[in-house]
Amino acid sequence: MRIHDLPDARGHFGPYGGVFVAETLTHALEQLLAAYQQARRDPAFEAEFRYDLKHYVGRPSPVYHAKRWSQVLGGAQIYLKREDLNHTGAHKINNTIGQALLARRMGKSRVIAETGAGMHGVAAATVAARYGMQCVVYMGSEDIQRQAQNVYRMKLLGATVVPVESGSRTLKDALNEAMRDWVTHIDATFYILGTVAGPHPYPMMVRDFQSVIGEECKQQMPELAGRQPDAVIACVGGGSNAMGIFYPYIEVEGVRLIGVEAAGEGLASGRHAASLCAGKPGVLHGNRTYLLQDANGQILETHSVSAGLDYPGVGPEHAWLKDAGRAEYVAVTDVDALRAFSDLCHYEGIIPALESAHAVAYAAQIAPGMPKDRILLVNLSGRGDKDMQTVAERAGLKL
Amino acid sequence: MSRIQARFEMLRQSKRKALIPYITAGDPTPALTVPLMRALVEAGADILELGVPFSDPMADGPVIQRSGERALKQGVGLRDVLGLVRDFRRGDTQTPLVLMGYANPIEAMGVETFVREAGAAGVDGVIVVDYPPEECAQFTELARRAGIDPIFLLAPTSTERRIQEVARIGSGYLYYVSLRGVTGAAHIDLADVAAHLPKIRAVTRLPIGVGFGIRDAESARRVAQAADAVVIGSRIIQEIEEAGAGQAVARVKTLLRPIREALDA
Repeated sequence: MRIHDLPDARGHFGPYGGVFVAETLTHALEQLLAAYQQARRDPAFEAEFRYDLKHYVGRPSPVYHAKRWSQVLGGAQIYLKREDLNHTGAHKINNTIGQALLARRMGKSRVIAETGAGMHGVAAATVAARYGMQCVVYMGSEDIQRQAQNVYRMKLLGATVVPVESGSRTLKDALNEAMRDWVTHIDATFYILGTVAGPHPYPMMVRDFQSVIGEECKQQMPELAGRQPDAVIACVGGGSNAMGIFYPYIEVEGVRLIGVEAAGEGLASGRHAASLCAGKPGVLHGNRTYLLQDANGQILETHSVSAGLDYPGVGPEHAWLKDAGRAEYVAVTDVDALRAFSDLCHYEGIIPALESAHAVAYAAQIAPGMPKDRILLVNLSGRGDKDMQTVAERAGLKL
Repeated sequence: MSRIQARFEMLRQSKRKALIPYITAGDPTPALTVPLMRALVEAGADILELGVPFSDPMADGPVIQRSGERALKQGVGLRDVLGLVRDFRRGDTQTPLVLMGYANPIEAMGVETFVREAGAAGVDGVIVVDYPPEECAQFTELARRAGIDPIFLLAPTSTERRIQEVARIGSGYLYYVSLRGVTGAAHIDLADVAAHLPKIRAVTRLPIGVGFGIRDAESARRVAQAADAVVIGSRIIQEIEEAGAGQAVARVKTLLRPIREALDA
């Protein structure tokens, strides 16, 4: 079997993925899988999806050659896939449109979502408004404190934001709570999961919806640069923007795939969110994957300056790509990500999301050591407007 | 014959229904877990379900979540739970004991190590909430070889194919989750129980326990008209939570006794 033909019928990517849920959810997941498979075969669904990506999101997003910054770095040429220019400011909307269209086909009038930084919550609230659906977003009370502006955005869009007070009160707990809501209101409710994690079919489905990113790049790079890149670089929290840009490139020989995790205050400090670099396999949120966990198998709290990477697991397909050696995973600290954040502001006039700044930072680390005709394609998965508060605070400023 | 099978056989002969209380190991304190287990047995429990605390209990409602958090704050892990089981077995070799929890703590310990140590500690059955049959063939086989019954959940939405599969690989009893939702939800759908249990019985002779949403003697009695066993968790934990460490043992006895009486009436 070719590596990009995965998952198998039960959602396995090698030893990872699968459906590790209570029996109460099994039937709903089977229905979802059946509806998704049917939708994928229906040209009308594909047409609807493509129409909204074009006219509502503004796709295709451009690829931009960051010439000035590449020159400053003095090595490989850096190209940016501008997902930050999408409606709502990040790649998350690609997936929420796909899932909302599927929800509509399944006759579900209520959608729920989990969110960490709030970007997926905003994208879910946006499509719920767009398609006239009721929307409930679960968000850890810690994250609500940190991301007040996104909470307000979701409310403006008509969503109800429910604070989650259990566990560590962050993204992982919001995901647990969304699952609990789903299992309780299963008939009318569609769960729009925001990343390539969760039980099958979510990792596959979210990847498929996000692959538009890589598909566009495969067309755009020869037009713009005359060839495909030497490496594709993307940040990895749950891993949806990375899977979206990696997936179409898995079959392209010679293209390195590099996922960049959040090293927080450093891998040695224990305060990070680098599941692939520093975790070990286990079962969480319905799938088997690399997890940050203690010796008793309890899931650890994570740390990153970017709330969107603050997740103790990672999509199972990334776990598989790592073990299979098709993708490499590295980690970048808060400090390095913040430096890349300001460099991109200064040299290119682009304010990246702190999540995306991790990918940018790794490109900046390796570019100087490479010849000038080498090409690095970085997924600029979101814009940094949401991060003003965080960045200003780190600089000792009050807005 | 396993301790669980023997207990159901004994109950069947005396035409009684099994009462299965659930508590979380380590809540309110590890020192109180064994006294609480003994109190539950004294008050009429036939089988005990002991919850293994997990940081991310996706299928549990707020009451059991909080009990797990209290236990985790005191550092209670799976090895500690097995220690509590050994302590319990020093005074009680008869009451069947079932561990209920999530896959990750078991996988972190190692599946083989877990079943070996659990079997040696005196565990009779294991419910792994997030292990559906197709994901745990090896675990089920190892558990069975260690003399531990793998117990599976069924839901109102379970298909006939799923019921057959669970009946084939499960043993001890089947755990029918009587509502759509998480543990501790307010209402049990008695009509649903009455409608679904015959479908399960058509496929298997395993005893059927019903849980999720049973809160008092009356709901227990009505469920027992259709089921072989009644599982009560959140209501007991709520009692422990309200009572605090000082009163917990006395209060769970007071709670459980009328339920036992209602089942036997």
